[in-house]
Amino acid sequence: MDLYQELILEHSKRPVRAGLREPFDAESHHVNPTCGDEVTLRVHVSGAGDDAVVEDVSYDSMGCSISVASASILAEEVTGGTVGHARETYEAMRRMLTSKGEDPGDEDQIGDGVALAGVAKYPARVKCALLSWSAFTDALYQAEGAKQ
Amino acid sequence: MLDAERHFYEHTNAAVHRGAHQLSEEGTDAYESARETIARFIGAQAGEVVFTRNATEALNLVAYAFTNGTHGGGGGRGERFSLRPGDEVLVTEMEHHANLIPWQEACRRTGATLRWVPVTEDGRLDLTDLDELLTERTKVFAFTHVSNVLGTVNPVRELAERAHAVGALAVLDACQSVPHLPVDVAELGVDFLAYSGHKMFGPLGIGVLWGRAELLDEMPVFLTGGSMIETVTMEGATYAPVPQKFEAGVPVAAQAVGLAAACDYLTALGLDRVHAHEQALTERLLRGLAERPWVRVLGPSDLRERGGAVAFVVDGVHAHDVGQVLDDRGVEVRVGHHCAWPLHRKLHAPASTRASFAAYTTPAEVDALLEALDRVPAIFGTEVTV
Repeated sequence: MDLYQELILEHSKRPVRAGLREPFDAESHHVNPTCGDEVTLRVHVSGAGDDAVVEDVSYDSMGCSISVASASILAEEVTGGTVGHARETYEAMRRMLTSKGEDPGDEDQIGDGVALAGVAKYPARVKCALLSWSAFTDALYQAEGAKQ
Repeated sequence: MLDAERHFYEHTNAAVHRGAHQLSEEGTDAYESARETIARFIGAQAGEVVFTRNATEALNLVAYAFTNGTHGGGGGRGERFSLRPGDEVLVTEMEHHANLIPWQEACRRTGATLRWVPVTEDGRLDLTDLDELLTERTKVFAFTHVSNVLGTVNPVRELAERAHAVGALAVLDACQSVPHLPVDVAELGVDFLAYSGHKMFGPLGIGVLWGRAELLDEMPVFLTGGSMIETVTMEGATYAPVPQKFEAGVPVAAQAVGLAAACDYLTALGLDRVHAHEQALTERLLRGLAERPWVRVLGPSDLRERGGAVAFVVDGVHAHDVGQVLDDRGVEVRVGHHCAWPLHRKLHAPASTRASFAAYTTPAEVDALLEALDRVPAIFGTEVTV
């Protein structure tokens, strides 16, 4: 099964930067109502605008291997980078995951995220892979609002 | 079923209960004779059977009728159909959301209090404190016949009698029983019963509400509009007799005809035989799962207390992932919380994998499931030494 790449299983068993930490600027809780998967995700950002830096992404993810791995990849890819880069990464992930398998993903942009390319062929699982990403963009939006 | 529905559309597709022409009369005949078949299937009279879009709507119909009656609306009679602060509605912790949320909302609208019978760790109703839960304050006791997750078969007759002893009405979700075992409304002793067509080889888009004739007669209406009226003026309306007063708008005629054909089919197979067949499959699956210590079955292990829905959890692997591996081998199971989220919380399972059986399921399919399941620990590296 091409869905369960070794990299995904690795991330799901040992998720990177897991757990909820302080300090944080915003927290977001997203749920997949069809299966009950949940993620609580916090972001800590310094600076403002696209050049602001994502200092920390911490999360508590309860769900299938795809949703946990995706949260882990997210934390790995965006932590330490700029908010602008994080947004581009989200867009690239979303494009790949909703491409029905046509977009293999750009490794330079999304790193380990390319391991999730196979998910695009399983429409029922796309939501699992996007759950933490939508929680992340939501938290970023809140964090920016709080700083204004 | 498909032929019956097709025949309806090709030969008698007309405005049921409205037109005065030949075609409309034939359509009305087809619709009403379907009602007779569907009623007979559960030991009821045709006049006690109301068609809805699905079982969810049937349960909502009852829940809304209760709140409509509170302020004298809906053309109902009697204090029985009213909910007020101080009144209580009792449900159970194993309900499908369809028999939970309509009651949550009914309580919210009226100020009545929602209470529930808890579930034990092995997936039975915990009736220890039923006397404290079911009191003269209780106006409705709504519960399921067979759990859609655990397969648990509840003691319907006993629960209905307990409800009646305190003056409450008993509302039964029979979605998981009507397609799988012989159901007779008189034997069950409940006041209302809801089930769905699509779980019994019937079409999508039809549900059935059965109610005792005198209660349906007293009960306020839910959806209003065309077809359900007796007289209408600009100021108000009076309503048609049961069952028409509960069937506003274009009726689900072709679906009713299709469902009647499905009832005939199940009757020809024999519900006793269907039940025995499914019990044998359930036993086969339970035995196979018991041989796999990394699998936890939710619900009773005793075959006599359960039907053919078997939900289980694989140690360390999420149900979505289990389902995906099974799907890869062509084994189609449901994964998630199966519209029973509170129940999953109670059983400490965020989600489960559920196999469910019907008359067409074979022993080889059970074996295929078990074989595919054995790939799960290997793929997810959760193999345990046994």
